[in-house]
Amino acid sequence: MIDPGKAVKKWGKKSARQVNAAPELIAGTMFGLAFGFLLQKGGVGKFHVLIGQLLLQDFTVVKIMLTAIVVGMIGVFTLHHFAKVNLHIKPTRIGSNIIGGLLFGAGFALMGYCPGTAAAALGQGSWDALFGMAGLIAGSWMFAELSGWTKRTIENWGDLGKVLLPDLLHVPRGVFVVGFATALTALLVLLERFTTR
Amino acid sequence: MNWPTNTRSPGRVIPKCVSYLSGTLALLLICAAAEAGTLVDARDYAGPAWSPYLAGAGIGVLSWLTFYFSDKPIGASSFYAHLAGFLGKLIAPRHTASLVYFKDNPPRVGWQAVFVISIIVGGALAAVTGGEFTNEWLSPLWTERFGDSITLRAAVAFAGGLIMAFGARLAGGCTSGHGISGTLQLNLASWIAVICFFIGGIAVAMLLFKW
Repeated sequence: MIDPGKAVKKWGKKSARQVNAAPELIAGTMFGLAFGFLLQKGGVGKFHVLIGQLLLQDFTVVKIMLTAIVVGMIGVFTLHHFAKVNLHIKPTRIGSNIIGGLLFGAGFALMGYCPGTAAAALGQGSWDALFGMAGLIAGSWMFAELSGWTKRTIENWGDLGKVLLPDLLHVPRGVFVVGFATALTALLVLLERFTTR
Repeated sequence: MNWPTNTRSPGRVIPKCVSYLSGTLALLLICAAAEAGTLVDARDYAGPAWSPYLAGAGIGVLSWLTFYFSDKPIGASSFYAHLAGFLGKLIAPRHTASLVYFKDNPPRVGWQAVFVISIIVGGALAAVTGGEFTNEWLSPLWTERFGDSITLRAAVAFAGGLIMAFGARLAGGCTSGHGISGTLQLNLASWIAVICFFIGGIAVAMLLFKW
């Protein structure tokens, strides 16, 4: 089966070279404004909403994420089917995904914001996000310092390359998207029914 | 499918791996539900201005637009890495150039930078239009639990940011890049990472706020 995204690879590469061109930056600005606006209106710029999710008291974060996944998935795979967009799949490396994921979660609980919501929180006037953002820059630097070592060790543990869930289960993508969207929607209905916020 | 795949068959390892992770998460949820003593309740403070379903659907549609018009998924964490590399180039250019991560991902200020900086402005617009501009150094939930020392909050937030950025770089993304953009593309890596975000986050938040 041909990856329909290949059809637009040329276009994709061309636009990547022009990354500093004005239209690209204007688009980035508009999308960033919209994303920040939606994050704040969705309440995820608020420290107590994010911590409330990790304490399993306030399920706003999971509701937003699952809704975005269902809506985004249907649209992106439809566009991809008609060769209008490229997929951007990061490689699966089980070791780094698990260890990095657990560290990320621990840091998330301490900081109370994640990298995107920290920016929205700062805009909202929650100045403590600044300390966290300074930490994010320092942590990124620390990772770069150790990147020679992580590349030789952790990143090789369970390196499977690019794997999509439907390919893994040997199910056609379209069928998987419809089934998965239905399952996630059912989960949202249950969450709405059994959570107070 | 013609994805470049490794010769080792993921068919047997992955379902096991994913089921272990899901099991751990479920166990954590059960422990949390069984745990009775509650020191703080996040629901004592104001919730979101909009329905989470409206905000979530908006973000979903936004991801169609970033894929279509910019050929990029929504993501935030790599901005901080670009910024770290940019600062490194100013302070120690030769050392920065020698680091493997910056060789593989040359720091540049482009789409990602304007995107994240615009999130700040977008957040400000939303807060001001909704009468939610806080102008505070400490969140009331933090003060309720840990008192009003800004130094303590600064230290904990800085340490949290440091660990989080390290984890994001190792895992390959954050709550946006993996949690929304990767999961919606049905990437296995993103589903593993996002389950681990929640396992790590729930465990540490319970220790901090409920213990």
